[in-house]
Amino acid sequence: MTDSFVHPYIPNTAPATKQAMLDAVGAASIEEFYADVPAELRLGRALELPAPLVAEQDLARHVRGLLAKNRSTDERLSFLGHGTYHHYVPAVVDEVINRSEFLTAYAGEPYEDHGRFQALFQYQSLMAELLAMDVVNVPTYDGYQATATGLAMAGRITGRRRVLVVSDVLPAKHSKVLDFVRVHLDLEIVPTVNGTADVAGLASRLGDDVAAVWVETPSVTGAVEASLAAIADAAHAVGAILVVGTDPIGYGVLTPPAEQGADIVCGDIQSLGLHQWYGGAHGGFIAVADDPTFIMEMPSRLFGLATTDVPGEVGFGDVAYERTSFALREEGKEWVGTAAALWGIAAGVYLALMGPQGMRELGELLLARTRYAQQRLAAIPGVVLGDDALHLREFTIDVSGAGLTAAGVVEALRRDGIEPGVPLDAHTLAVCVTELTSQADIDRLAAAIGALAEASTATTTQETRA
Amino acid sequence: MLALVVNPVAGVGGPAGLAGSDGADVQLEAAERGSHPRAAERARLALEVVAATAGASRQSVLTAAGPMGEDAVRAAGLEPRVVSRPSGETTSPADTTAAVRALVSAGATLVLFAGGDGTARDVAAGLATEPVPSVGTAMRRVPVAGADERHGGTAALGIPAGVKMYSPVFAVSPRAAGALAAAWAAASESGGALPVQEREVLDLDETAMRRARVEPRLFGTMPVPYIVGRTQSRKAATPASEHAAVAAAARGAARAMRPGVRYLLGPGGTMAELARELGVAKTPLGVDVVLDGRVVRAGASEHDLVDEISRGPAKAVVSVIGGQGFLLGRGNQQFSARVLRLLDDDPLVVVAPEQKLIDLGGRPLLVDTGDPRVDARLAGFARVITGPGASSFYPVHAPEIEGEGHAP
Amino acid sequence: MSLPLAPKPAVRRFHQASWDEPVIFELSTPGERGVLVTPIEPGVRDAVGDVVAQLPAGLRRAAPPALPEMGQQRVLKHYLRLSQENLGADFNVDIGQGTCTMKYSPKINDQLIGVPQLTAMHPLQDPADAQGVLEITWNLERMLAEISGMAEVSLHTQGGSAAIWANIAMIRAYHEANGEGAERREVITTIFSHPSNAAAAKAAGYEIITIHPDAEGYPDLAALKAALSPRTAAIMVTNPEDTGIYNPAIKQWVDAAHEVGALASYDQANANGILGITRARDAGFDVCHFNLHKTFSTPHACGGPGAGANAVSEALAPFLPGPRVVRDVAADGSVCFDVQEAGPLSIGAVAPFHGVVPNIVRAYSWIMALGAEGLLAAAEIAVLNNNYLLKRVLEIPGASAPYAEGRRRIEQVRYSWQELFEDTGISSEEIGIRLSDFGMHYWTSHHPYVVPQPFTLEPTESYSMAEIDEYVGALAEVAREARETPEVVRTAPHNQTVHHTHHDDLDDPERWAITWRAYRRKYPSTGSGRRFGEGASAAVGLAESAA
Repeated sequence: MTDSFVHPYIPNTAPATKQAMLDAVGAASIEEFYADVPAELRLGRALELPAPLVAEQDLARHVRGLLAKNRSTDERLSFLGHGTYHHYVPAVVDEVINRSEFLTAYAGEPYEDHGRFQALFQYQSLMAELLAMDVVNVPTYDGYQATATGLAMAGRITGRRRVLVVSDVLPAKHSKVLDFVRVHLDLEIVPTVNGTADVAGLASRLGDDVAAVWVETPSVTGAVEASLAAIADAAHAVGAILVVGTDPIGYGVLTPPAEQGADIVCGDIQSLGLHQWYGGAHGGFIAVADDPTFIMEMPSRLFGLATTDVPGEVGFGDVAYERTSFALREEGKEWVGTAAALWGIAAGVYLALMGPQGMRELGELLLARTRYAQQRLAAIPGVVLGDDALHLREFTIDVSGAGLTAAGVVEALRRDGIEPGVPLDAHTLAVCVTELTSQADIDRLAAAIGALAEASTATTTQETRA
Repeated sequence: MLALVVNPVAGVGGPAGLAGSDGADVQLEAAERGSHPRAAERARLALEVVAATAGASRQSVLTAAGPMGEDAVRAAGLEPRVVSRPSGETTSPADTTAAVRALVSAGATLVLFAGGDGTARDVAAGLATEPVPSVGTAMRRVPVAGADERHGGTAALGIPAGVKMYSPVFAVSPRAAGALAAAWAAASESGGALPVQEREVLDLDETAMRRARVEPRLFGTMPVPYIVGRTQSRKAATPASEHAAVAAAARGAARAMRPGVRYLLGPGGTMAELARELGVAKTPLGVDVVLDGRVVRAGASEHDLVDEISRGPAKAVVSVIGGQGFLLGRGNQQFSARVLRLLDDDPLVVVAPEQKLIDLGGRPLLVDTGDPRVDARLAGFARVITGPGASSFYPVHAPEIEGEGHAP
Repeated sequence: MSLPLAPKPAVRRFHQASWDEPVIFELSTPGERGVLVTPIEPGVRDAVGDVVAQLPAGLRRAAPPALPEMGQQRVLKHYLRLSQENLGADFNVDIGQGTCTMKYSPKINDQLIGVPQLTAMHPLQDPADAQGVLEITWNLERMLAEISGMAEVSLHTQGGSAAIWANIAMIRAYHEANGEGAERREVITTIFSHPSNAAAAKAAGYEIITIHPDAEGYPDLAALKAALSPRTAAIMVTNPEDTGIYNPAIKQWVDAAHEVGALASYDQANANGILGITRARDAGFDVCHFNLHKTFSTPHACGGPGAGANAVSEALAPFLPGPRVVRDVAADGSVCFDVQEAGPLSIGAVAPFHGVVPNIVRAYSWIMALGAEGLLAAAEIAVLNNNYLLKRVLEIPGASAPYAEGRRRIEQVRYSWQELFEDTGISSEEIGIRLSDFGMHYWTSHHPYVVPQPFTLEPTESYSMAEIDEYVGALAEVAREARETPEVVRTAPHNQTVHHTHHDDLDDPERWAITWRAYRRKYPSTGSGRRFGEGASAAVGLAESAA
């Protein structure tokens, strides 16, 4: 650093201050403080980095210029889901989580950071109502981690290794979960039938060496598991734990998994008030009953109510914070670290704004729009639905009958400013609708795919005639 | 209810250059050399912290008459409730033990004692329900070693005032003892309780020590309270409670045990926890031999151990005894040089919570079997099991072969 | 009294906001709405009918979730009041959260990430529509490669511990690919390294070996050599450690690990003092990680989202998480960014898509605002600030800085109040709570406490000399109180949102209440909550309901 270098982020670059501090500690130069760093390890040159934009206006212009190269889903008509969802974020949510007091708080005690504790306790409590379970953690990183941890908990509780996977899982999520648990657990896939679990197939593979049955509902294709209660009974009969990965967006109208026998319910909160942010705003929840057997295996923090010296004052603290030392198999112990707390506060604000009526109306809207989109797309000659299951928000279509490929549909529609969905294989396209994709938007998608199908059929017919 | 007992002559030998203060003749000699007892003064410092905190139940303290506590309680501005009086003009170890017994009968939940290791030993005898040899009397009764976070019995805490303080039962300072006692009383008032951990009571034979032959013995254990923080750990999910840490170390050791191997379990709180983990009984002060999950010899002598080792592969399982870092040669003299010579190249399983290593403040672990060749073989670095799948590599030093071996 | 103003006292007269805000469920008023949902179009309803009625009985929720019903401004007001009851880094002299590098998070960066061209981007959009975010991501990867000396960088992980997990997951995959997965079962770390190194390695199935400091207070190289063996998979160390001590033998540590075929993983959570001074790869490390929310200024956000960056050598690059951002240069010289799926050796996804994108953009902007000279200045001033703070703290009677005493420290110090504790019986935790009464706070240490009665301070480059002086002044005032009026300290806090909180209920499964739902179930006799203005109606409190 040269003496003339003064930066607004670094107040003590002011030359007089710097000298005063050196004098105070009796050092001739800052170099003295690095006495323990051997000369052979010194870089000895300037880092090769782009020339800085030290004036804020220049920085802002540069970054905004880069971001202006993006074409967002405000400009494109998007039917993309597959892990990140395009839901409306009420303005109050952004207002709250952009407050400096929340944004720059970190790890104070519940005295000076009382608001953070209360906001996260309320997040736990609001999620608990939605999920109908008594215990919800402070958010972990994302739904992938939540499910990986949920399964690891099941392994620690049962002391068993086998996990039966009975739903179609998002491939990236499966990848993460597998790498996280593979030392302790073996994942076995029980192929789905018509979009949801093969209950008979599951029954034939269950045994007293099964730690957990893993259900995803909605699945990667948006299929809602209709046999959860039967799966729970079968799992519990052999002492296995039912772990359900889910997206909580539908539980204003759908029965929550806990009321159908799920033991550990986990998933992602991005749908609840978080922008898409190019897939960069995820948080994971893990919910269990108020049962120490499960709670003691949870690695995440749990905030609880506490009394204070003043009657009626609401205090907070960490519940059972030594719980990880009670783990049955400590080789499976995890960690607590910076994860996704602010996203939890956002989800809490979202649920408070929505209220019971809002979540009910949203759930109904999503079911209705999903059904409507299924009807419209299945009406295109040659296009069929992937399965007959009940779907929420996402579903698949098979376009092979129309002489199309999934990638071909994507490529063609992108030219019209439409992202029609995510190809799952050569002919299967996963389509996602939300409250932000209107009837008109869905009609536009159907018309575009319909036109492609018609053109393809016409070409085929011409080729046949030729 | 808080209680206090002071050993009025504790610490007089130290400033006088005498290795301890046990024995009337030593005390007399110390007085002749100009030493003044400091235990009462240190007890007063501790109780002043208690006096400064609110709470009616802390305003009166159960104690023994005169210099054995009453004077210090009064000096701290608290109300003494005298339940015991010394038998004669000068106090004796038996008076300490008798006083503690009277304090327990009167409803003491925490006995603060000002003194050193000898006093701790007399206090342990007074708390005890099983026989234990006290300094001044024959066999007394001692609690079953390793009892964990009990809330029923009477706990004890040392106010450091002696010359020898090998036993990890003392607070770091008189005021720190007072703060812990105040927290104990506050917890009691709100219907709660501080956790306690069984800690070893070690004492040297001072007669031998004055002849420069250090030979401390383990006399028992006593439940000692520890502070659970005012705040909770906000960043790390590691066991903060001392008992949880000891239990984790014991689980780690249990997991490392192999079939067909005789494990010679030494004395001490960590070994008692290991025995509990294994589901076997443990003699508090003895060495017990465990093979395939069963005790095959309890309270084994050196001769018994030699016999057991001859029957098949064997390992000595030891922990860090007391505050000085001894693995061998203090409190577990059954593990003689002869026994260790008969074990294989990797003769020790060392088990201790990480905190025990931390508490050494950078000093090495120590071995002193009496045979320099055996000590040299053990010096270097030991793998110390601190939890399931967790260990530390820690230096081991043999003080009797200073300059040899490769310890730092 | 009249002007002029009287001088202010040396210590700030602070009081935290205290709104006595009820738990949100108590604010519910049936029928109120916070937001409305867009209605189902008549055309959709006509086409699909009543979808809820059509649900199978088992799938139709019987009773609606008992969420609160509140008008919009009431929700806003409630949460803004809660926001005020926090002491964020934008408010206090936040140098007490040592190891966390609570530096200034520039406001411009918060503005930049809030534009629809970022918030409304879906990660599976056509890469041609995502050139801006992909370019920023790729550029930040290259910047961090230069800062670490490593070959490749991934920005996927969401926090420091998640990045540590990715480090050990790559190490595990590397040994497995070399056929040594079964033999290499041990990971070695130091007691002053961040405990997540041990925890993540344990979660990955490894046995952990911990090395203590040597007599000088430095990591013990002889102990490391004794612990290394063909069973060693890796050493995982922080440097400088959480004491602020830089291990001068760090290269010998790495070399010793390599000699037995182990890899060396570098936790660079404490990199703030060595940016542009020394680099992980130059010391021979195979893999390292940075915390973007520490060293690269993204806000701590009440405990996340943070962001991690994993940097690796050429040999480890195939094991990085996927998908990867790649840069293609066409024949005509035009540049285009694309997304490439994970390769066969990759550990796969460690998180959804490309990581915490808003923080990637923030960190990029921070580096662009500083450049090479600015990064070096940040490091050097952080170290100057720390050694100045060290000097000032040691002037307070009862404070000390154990280990390597008398030596200079890098960017933080773990101090001890042991002497003050012995003199007064007042613990470091009690000092910390009382400090909050002056609008500042500190953190003690990870457990187990290696330094007795610890507190860990890290002033970063962001705080002025005057602020550091103010912080030390408050510390000294509390230390003085501990000696002169210990009861004031012992009964703190006095100026906070709430008073001394009781922990007993939090450790008892019969009594704890982790959600409002569980609280109402366990304490059913509790009143339905306060109604402001209704005289002495039932206030909320565990004590009352338990009574």
